Amino acid sequence: MRSLLLAFLATVILAVVSLFIGVSDVSPLALLSGSAEPRAVEIFVASRVPRTLALVLAGAAMAIAGLVMQMVVRNRFVEPSTAGTSESAALGFLVVTLLAPGWPLMAKMGVSALFALGGTALFLRVLKAVPLRDVLLVPLVGIMLGGVIGAVSAFIAYRAGLMGSLLAWNMGDFSGVIRGRYELLWIGLVCCLVAYVAADRFTVAGMGKDFTTNLGLDYRQVMVLGLVIVSLVSAVVLVSVGSIPFLGLIVPNLVSLMVGDNMRRTVPWVAVGGAGMVLACDIVGRLIRFPYEIPIAVVMGVVGSALFLYLLLRTPRHAS
Amino acid sequence: MPADRAAASAARPRETGPAHGWAGLSRPALVLIVLAVLSVVSIALFMTLGAKGSWSFVLSFRGKKLLSLLLVAYSVAVSTVLFQTVTNNRILTPSLMGFDALYVLIKTAIVFFLGVGALVSIDNQLQFVMEVLVMVGFSTLLFRWLFLGQERSLHLLVLVGIVFGILFRSFSQLMQRMLDPGAFNVLQDTLFASFATTDPTLLGISSIIVFAASVVGWRLLHSFDVLSLGRAQAINLGVPYKRTVVTILVVIAVLVSISTALVGPVTFFGLLVATLAHSLVGTSKHRYILPAAVMLAVVCLVGGQTLLERLFAFDTALSIIIEFLGGIVFIALVLRGSAR
Repeated sequence: MRSLLLAFLATVILAVVSLFIGVSDVSPLALLSGSAEPRAVEIFVASRVPRTLALVLAGAAMAIAGLVMQMVVRNRFVEPSTAGTSESAALGFLVVTLLAPGWPLMAKMGVSALFALGGTALFLRVLKAVPLRDVLLVPLVGIMLGGVIGAVSAFIAYRAGLMGSLLAWNMGDFSGVIRGRYELLWIGLVCCLVAYVAADRFTVAGMGKDFTTNLGLDYRQVMVLGLVIVSLVSAVVLVSVGSIPFLGLIVPNLVSLMVGDNMRRTVPWVAVGGAGMVLACDIVGRLIRFPYEIPIAVVMGVVGSALFLYLLLRTPRHAS
Repeated sequence: MPADRAAASAARPRETGPAHGWAGLSRPALVLIVLAVLSVVSIALFMTLGAKGSWSFVLSFRGKKLLSLLLVAYSVAVSTVLFQTVTNNRILTPSLMGFDALYVLIKTAIVFFLGVGALVSIDNQLQFVMEVLVMVGFSTLLFRWLFLGQERSLHLLVLVGIVFGILFRSFSQLMQRMLDPGAFNVLQDTLFASFATTDPTLLGISSIIVFAASVVGWRLLHSFDVLSLGRAQAINLGVPYKRTVVTILVVIAVLVSISTALVGPVTFFGLLVATLAHSLVGTSKHRYILPAAVMLAVVCLVGGQTLLERLFAFDTALSIIIEFLGGIVFIALVLRGSAR
């Protein structure tokens, strides 16, 4: 409990740091004493606070989505970007942007979430054809399925002249977040709370279908709930800031190395860790070439794939 | 010639198996002949279809493009088949292991650390040779670490390879974003290549390097079939394993650099051709597989580019279609392999 508190404190410090990094001069002392210029206050309220909130919400939600997915699929190496979910969400957003450009963002997000759900269901359907559930085979098939779905999106976007938009959605970036352009991410928070309430069910479902049924739970219902959470979070994050690779994979795995696999205990850790990691990566991206910014997806791609490699090669696995 | 072939295969029926098709030809020979005809047809169509104006201009303009496509087809097919032989599996390919992403990373790192002046002032061809050398060094190290140490499971290797590819790509992107816009433009010019816009300045040096690599590979031709039996058998049968494998790896790294420099990274093309070649030819003898894979690559690239460019007016969609088909083939291969 104490270490969790420390982690929480570290994340809060990162969030405060994130509030006061930027080209415009916004000083914390002036804000507190009320002597700040109106322009600084406006920047703080309209840009800095929304950006930091978006970082915290998106980070926590993506990390939780990864955790839920790992429980439901029963594999440590899946997350929305290694299961075709993110790519399907992008395809859905692309299709609805082409067919119904006038729809409100909320409706577009809904279509995107439906596509994400469909893509994840397809992934699970493909996995059923694998009789021998090799731990590493699952993310392998997922990454490739994502590639195939991505190729379909690329083809459509290429024909429709939307290649630029597709690239932007696939490249998570918080630099465009201002007041009024991130509020959908609160849905992610709702998903996190639902995941926390249902954590015990997911833990049980993670032990297999027979075990779950034996304990009197409807396995199918738990699966569907988990997949809906994952798809909603993927779609919400994709629509508001673009996809963030590997986050849902790295954070739950590092947490499970530290505190184990009981989801009731790990959910707060994963949420705090996800928020902290996204905050840290975004701060790095903002500072490394100040005053210009590097999108978080690029920073996360380097950090995430390096950590993923570490997780894969950590223990010498005996040849199967 | 067909009569001789037929007589030879009749005299030694066991070597090519019992499958005798049309006109008494063995199946691999038949496949090779059909593929050769298809390659010639697609090359002829590529050169002539929709040509307007002076023939001498059209032929020399398209000839350059054709030569780069042929070089790419040859490099990708040979490097993939050899890589699969050395690693003794049918799923891994150099581009899945992130070798072509590594090439882009090296190129980006040169601009990032030495400045854009290095890219402009050093002679184009000398620079290319240097990049290939660095590439050979790094990929050999990576390969030795992953394959020649402890035994690892195939799925782990594939996954590690793919994630290495993502790491290399992310690193290149990170460095590219940190360059100043002028330097980035220069770098982008040298990296921007696709099937529709190949880089013509490197044709001469590429041809020479590919030829040299092929000569080295040719001298090892006899050991390919033995190597594909696996490490233990190959050593048992008297192949100097490490030396041969490292030599072949150098050849592979050179070929991958060439194809990436000419048309940029293509993840699944090699896998597509090698898999098709294996299933069409039906034997694993390299004297059939290698030419079959090369000709399949020529048909896919030259024929596909002709179809898309002249008939459908999609300029750069070929690589998207290849990624789509290749991904499906890959999933099917993985699933079939694990079902066994």
